[in-house]
Amino acid sequence: MAYADDCDTRPAPVLPATLKILVAGGFGAGKTTFVGAVSEIEPLCTEELLSGLSEEPDPLDGVEAKTSTTVALDFGRITLDERHVLYLFGTPGQERFWFLWEELCAGALGAVVLADTRRLADCFPAVDFFERRGIGFIVAVNEFDGGHRYTAGEVREAVGLGPEVPVVRCDARLTSSGTGALAALVHHLLFTAATDPAKPWNPDRGEPR
Amino acid sequence: MRARAAYGMGAPRDTPWLDDSAGRVMRPYTASGGRTRPAAALDLLSLVTATGVRPRGPLGAEHSLALRLCAGSAAVTVAEVAGQLRLPAVVVKVLLSDLMEFGAVTAQAPRFPGGGYVAADDQNLLRAVLDGLRRRL
Repeated sequence: MAYADDCDTRPAPVLPATLKILVAGGFGAGKTTFVGAVSEIEPLCTEELLSGLSEEPDPLDGVEAKTSTTVALDFGRITLDERHVLYLFGTPGQERFWFLWEELCAGALGAVVLADTRRLADCFPAVDFFERRGIGFIVAVNEFDGGHRYTAGEVREAVGLGPEVPVVRCDARLTSSGTGALAALVHHLLFTAATDPAKPWNPDRGEPR
Repeated sequence: MRARAAYGMGAPRDTPWLDDSAGRVMRPYTASGGRTRPAAALDLLSLVTATGVRPRGPLGAEHSLALRLCAGSAAVTVAEVAGQLRLPAVVVKVLLSDLMEFGAVTAQAPRFPGGGYVAADDQNLLRAVLDGLRRRL
């Protein structure tokens, strides 16, 4: 499908569907490493202007303020087949940017929340966000060298996850491990969609802005 | 199936506003003439295709580079153009929407799955993604 002739009467190519999965987690949880390990291209970074309703009320009028901020996003790509290309976006870790996520999440299939067991609380904002927005996610425990190994059950309890949310182990440095975590997410999304047809799959996805 | 990976060789390290030692030598929004609102609605995952139409009149360096990236493969996402050019996405959206006005590129918005409720084709989509990921394991 790669053609680059300069012919003026180029037929309209059948373009693949571009799909999006978010990689979230606290600062230093391994998001950039994860995206780099699974991507078929050298991961790229761009800055995107995102806007959203700040959780902090405007002190002047007490109304939620619409704020725009530029955030840096890492992204990578996986060509699944000629009709589906998956893009991974490593999301800004800083908690103060959470209100901007709405825009980033529009159209996302789901999310992998990376958890570092040394700083488990860092992944709480991501978990809260996806739970509240009804976006399917899994928690992938990134196993760092020398870190204490917890069982999936211990992590589930510590984060306060419902029984339906899968907890998997992964090594964000390894392609196979990261790809396995993505497969676990999509399997979870498929299973959730299949067993609960009445539930809005993701009520917030919208048209791209 | 070949991955759409063939971009202009080494292009990102060779842009006029980046110097290896000095870093960015031009303010990024200069490329868009200070504009931050693209005329066309573009998503990070919109696919941009070069039409083969050459814009009349001279293009700026940044417009030319963006167009070259689009022409280098069947289609390229806005995010990838931004990443390759190392420019903020909003600047690249302005450049690309200029190129759309010239007729030099067309853009296809991402067709996000869903629309509220799970449809049969959403499940087929997820199944295709899962199969594609498993083939890589």
